[in-house]
Amino acid sequence: MASIFQGIGAATSLSSSTLFDSKKLQLCSRRSLSERKTSFVVVRAAGAKMDGGSSGIGGRADQLVTNAVATKADTPAAAAAASKPGHELLLFEALREGLEEEMERDARVCVMGEDVGHYGGSYKVTKGLAPKYGDLRVLDTPIAENSFTGMGIGAAMMGLRPIIEGMNMGFLLLAFNQISNNCGMLHYTSGGQFKIPVVIRGPGGVGRQLGAEHSQRLESYFQSIPGIQMVACSTPYNAKGLMKAAIRSDNPVILFEHVLLYNLKETIPDEEYVLNLEEAEMVRPGEHVTILTYSRMRYHVMQAAKTLVNKGYDPEVIDIRSLKPFDLHTIGNSIKKTHRVLIVEECMRTGGIGASLTAAISENFHDYLDAPIVCLSSQDVPTPYAGTLEEWTVVQPPQIVAAVEQLCR
Amino acid sequence: MALARRSSTLLKPLSAASSSSSFLHRRPFSTDDTTTITVETSVPFTGHNCEPPSRSIDTTPKELMSFFTDMALMRRMEIAADSLYKSKLIRGFCHLYDGQEAVCIGMEAAITKKDCIITAYRDHCIFLGRGGKLLESFAELMGRQGGCSRGKGGSMHFYKKEACFFGGHGIVGAQVPLGCGLAFAQKYRKEDHVTFAMYGDGAANQGQLFEALNMAALWDLPAILVCENNHYGMGTAEWRAAKSPAYYKRGDYVPGLKVDGMDAFAVKQACKFAKEHALKNGPIILEMDTYRYHGHSMSDPGSTYRTRDEISGVRQERDPIERLRKLILAHDLATEKELKDIEKLARKEVDEAISQAKESPMPDESELFTNVYRKGYGVESFGADRKELRATLP
Repeated sequence: MASIFQGIGAATSLSSSTLFDSKKLQLCSRRSLSERKTSFVVVRAAGAKMDGGSSGIGGRADQLVTNAVATKADTPAAAAAASKPGHELLLFEALREGLEEEMERDARVCVMGEDVGHYGGSYKVTKGLAPKYGDLRVLDTPIAENSFTGMGIGAAMMGLRPIIEGMNMGFLLLAFNQISNNCGMLHYTSGGQFKIPVVIRGPGGVGRQLGAEHSQRLESYFQSIPGIQMVACSTPYNAKGLMKAAIRSDNPVILFEHVLLYNLKETIPDEEYVLNLEEAEMVRPGEHVTILTYSRMRYHVMQAAKTLVNKGYDPEVIDIRSLKPFDLHTIGNSIKKTHRVLIVEECMRTGGIGASLTAAISENFHDYLDAPIVCLSSQDVPTPYAGTLEEWTVVQPPQIVAAVEQLCR
Repeated sequence: MALARRSSTLLKPLSAASSSSSFLHRRPFSTDDTTTITVETSVPFTGHNCEPPSRSIDTTPKELMSFFTDMALMRRMEIAADSLYKSKLIRGFCHLYDGQEAVCIGMEAAITKKDCIITAYRDHCIFLGRGGKLLESFAELMGRQGGCSRGKGGSMHFYKKEACFFGGHGIVGAQVPLGCGLAFAQKYRKEDHVTFAMYGDGAANQGQLFEALNMAALWDLPAILVCENNHYGMGTAEWRAAKSPAYYKRGDYVPGLKVDGMDAFAVKQACKFAKEHALKNGPIILEMDTYRYHGHSMSDPGSTYRTRDEISGVRQERDPIERLRKLILAHDLATEKELKDIEKLARKEVDEAISQAKESPMPDESELFTNVYRKGYGVESFGADRKELRATLP
């Protein structure tokens, strides 16, 4: 079995000096939109552990590798030296692969949610799992979010590792009490006696004319809850890695998927890999401006980046991935280089992830900024049904281009 | 359980202190568990969709005495907590259980420490019943390091993982889905244990309770829902809050049993019956008809929505400790003086625990950031901005 990079513990145990080399950061996997078709290749030193997002330090203490670096296939020689070609799949299949690998590995991992079993999942993430693992491990629940979330948390207190699926993130508002009080706080209020290793996942975000109630961005509501971690996946590669990391984490993790990204196609490695939950992804290194984004907005940003490159700008695009806690190491390094920040998010302007990120950056990197932080968010309105109105609710590439031009004046 | 140890130490002060002839003829009541005494419950059980168990319960002198001793200790603890609260050593919310002791004592007698119990915020005595120590309890109430949750939970958050006591929850009704989750895990792991999810008459109207009950019945989870009906949801009487205050019937297709919650033996019988039922047939509801002497919490006098006559009436007619006292005296297991001595000893133990708890220090500043996350890899926790090292997790 391929060696596994235990992202969660390892990277965060690093001292600051090793991670802050921005050159090393540039060698991280680049997953820009325009280059998606190129197969991802991992250059491995002999016996090195493969990893996805960081500058290659980590793994279990006994297999510490200092410079296994994930890089693109720049040269044919490198491509030839690569171990396997990888396989192509869609994002929801990547999620399923990650989930299945973890269920295979640990009998305590179970899934519960509406239509996850016999139906195969409303977005096919759990397709085929119920016939394989049985009805108790892939549990079809009634439509009772509050109580089945509570049930999952109770099961976690007893030692199981449930994955609770919300058919749409918006439905989890009904389970807010369970997520906030029992999921987030039990480890603290019990003085450390209980751990709640649940993964709460589901699709959210603005889709294609799904209406106001089915287009909610819950990351802004959940971000204040102490004791939870939040991650947002955006590519098949990071979807699988984050899913596995979330399942292995002993903390409650909320994994935000996006309704419109489920059919993204990418080639991911055949080897097993786990990503770091708290790490941001460098999508496109640059010099002029740091653009911070996550989930679906990453693609709008990359589209805008094409236009910007043609106009002569060199934006650095970072997919923050970790919504709680923010990876201020990666973000900070970028700001120290470019001195300008643009945040592009799908949350609403009021109280969103962008608002918190703006505050965090102001507090920590104020001296490095040459211009005020610009945050492009969705409008503070319920998402309308009409297609044109819905388009105007979220941030579009021309707005991003205009903002960068304004920022770099 | 921890309390059993005390009955042996009980013998020492009594035998050492007195040299009167009565001690030479003293019966070793606390160790006799061979004689069977048959006790009848005060009222018969009422069943819903099930055959209620028999009214006659077998017990032993040892059990009778241990019930009395344990209940006396619990009663003392709650009354001591009352005065601690009034002297502002306990702050915030403090919900006292005196009057309801028979429920947790009877339950503990019928089950093992591998069966799970989860309850709401009136949890001090249940914690004690599960093996929690007086010191841990008082220290937690006063917010000290020696508390069962290291001072970070408070009155409503007592837990004891090794004894399968899952707390201790502040939001009304939220513990019932958790309880079904515990039962789910027991079924998942094919364990032969059950979960007792306790809630009150106020919580009985929560939707999540019925959602959880539906799922428990659907999947035959070994969950026993115990409604501790003390007839008042804070200040609202049950008949003003529920169209049907027959809580044991509210499960519809789920069988139910109504039990006199002031009679420890009735509770024990019902819990035994329920455990057998749950392991075979899935969920069952137990309604414990009980009463609390204090108000809902320390900020509630408890007399604005009920008369003092009612409270004293229940205390005279149905007090669980008094019932046991009468039983013990009737069966000649101990004298009045010996029972009084037991209560005095309980008082002494509680006072000792309180003074020890007062010496326990307040939590360290660094404790603010511990146990927020659990990383388990010996890593450092940075807080939301990951810039400043906040704490090193164990």
